[in-house]
Amino acid sequence: MAEKGTWTVKKGLAEMLKGGVIMDVTTPEQAKIAEEAGACAVMALERVPADIRAAGGVARMANLKIIKRIMDAVTIPVMAKVRIGHFVEAQILEAIGVDYIDESEVLTPVDEQFHINKHNFKVPFVCGARNLGEALRRIAEGAAMIRTKGEPGTGNVVEAVRHMRMVSDEIRRLTVLPEEELVTVAKEMGAPVELVKQVAKKGKLPVVNFAAGGIATPADAAMMMQLGCDGIFVGSGIFKSQDPKARAEAIVAATTHYNDPKILAEISEDLGEAMPGLEISTIAPNERMQERGW
Amino acid sequence: MRVGVLALQGAFLEHCRSLRACGADPVEIRKPEQLEGCRALVIPGGESTTMGRLMTAYDLLTPIREMAAAGTPIFGTCAGMVMLARQVEGLDQTLLGLMNITVKRNGFGRQVDSFEADLQIPVLGKEPLRGVFIRAPYITALGEGVEVLAVYHDKIVLVRQGKLLAASFHPELTDDLRLHKYFLEFVA
Repeated sequence: MAEKGTWTVKKGLAEMLKGGVIMDVTTPEQAKIAEEAGACAVMALERVPADIRAAGGVARMANLKIIKRIMDAVTIPVMAKVRIGHFVEAQILEAIGVDYIDESEVLTPVDEQFHINKHNFKVPFVCGARNLGEALRRIAEGAAMIRTKGEPGTGNVVEAVRHMRMVSDEIRRLTVLPEEELVTVAKEMGAPVELVKQVAKKGKLPVVNFAAGGIATPADAAMMMQLGCDGIFVGSGIFKSQDPKARAEAIVAATTHYNDPKILAEISEDLGEAMPGLEISTIAPNERMQERGW
Repeated sequence: MRVGVLALQGAFLEHCRSLRACGADPVEIRKPEQLEGCRALVIPGGESTTMGRLMTAYDLLTPIREMAAAGTPIFGTCAGMVMLARQVEGLDQTLLGLMNITVKRNGFGRQVDSFEADLQIPVLGKEPLRGVFIRAPYITALGEGVEVLAVYHDKIVLVRQGKLLAASFHPELTDDLRLHKYFLEFVA
């Protein structure tokens, strides 16, 4: 008998996205540009994070018409975002057949205590994390893919670097700890002890881990790959730049050839202006999207 | 034995792991010069449009076609099967076009329809193989020289043409090495 929505199948799609770039798009035309540039998936949105940040107010799941038109326009997987904790938005996205759901801090959370029970769904979920405890809590809730949070919509990769280094350092530390210390460590990081033990043994997260939040250049993408990420999300970085097609192609190539500075140099030329950047210290702490999530 | 695994995008690490467990020596392929000395090649799952673009941009199409012409075994899974096909239904995309098959991309549906199921594959023996199908393609038409090795619900999901092998599903996501071992036997 065929079994749908199993853990292998949910985690499996994330494995297939590895080494690839997932691009934020707001129209079918942008989705086509992303697909032709070599995106391995697109994130269908009403507004990119930079515009959500500028608009303020409550950011919700995108208009379903936009998502469906994007699904019709491309053959690659289509992801869409729901607000943290909004399990009904997730039910709706599953019903229209979205391929992956991002329970995302870019939108305004609806539950200040609990995330979605992602085990209840056939569609897989990706969630953001700033540290190992947060990543393992999301995996315990059923996330089949993790990404750094970074600071979305800033074109500033510093926070994604911080989050990736943090997760990697914590994983490395776990691998050298004696087993009797793992229970206390699990308590301190607020993560299930079984998952902590598993990470300590294998030296890696049990799911794919992508970089997200602030990636704006091919060099940013390659750096996140060299830091150990499995792939790249680019939000505002492509369609807020001067030449989206050229930049999209370059970031795709940089994600594949991340360890080849000669190729990185070739593809980094003639890209036009990157998106305007934001210094993190100029964003009030209560307006930082990465602080959302529990 | 040196076996290339196309590492432009997708689940190449999982294929490397399976190949290593079979005793082969996998190498990641991103540029044409890395193909040198490879006795066989695996094209993994991922997105075929992404792979097609990067294969064009980094001059991999011709060398891989030449390898196939010289009799080097090639195994494609999922997107790898799409790349090996001569034609994709309803779409015009870059392909290697090495096998006389037409495939339907996402034939089994979107991610919510992705599934696992036991497959009967006579060439691997009686024990079924767990097929993991992720937005999987299937074969809708066959040409000369193509042998059907497995069918699931009337859909062709595993074929061989000489030393070329193509699967709709992902043996690299399981611990079952039989299909990789079967493929490695193609190496003269």
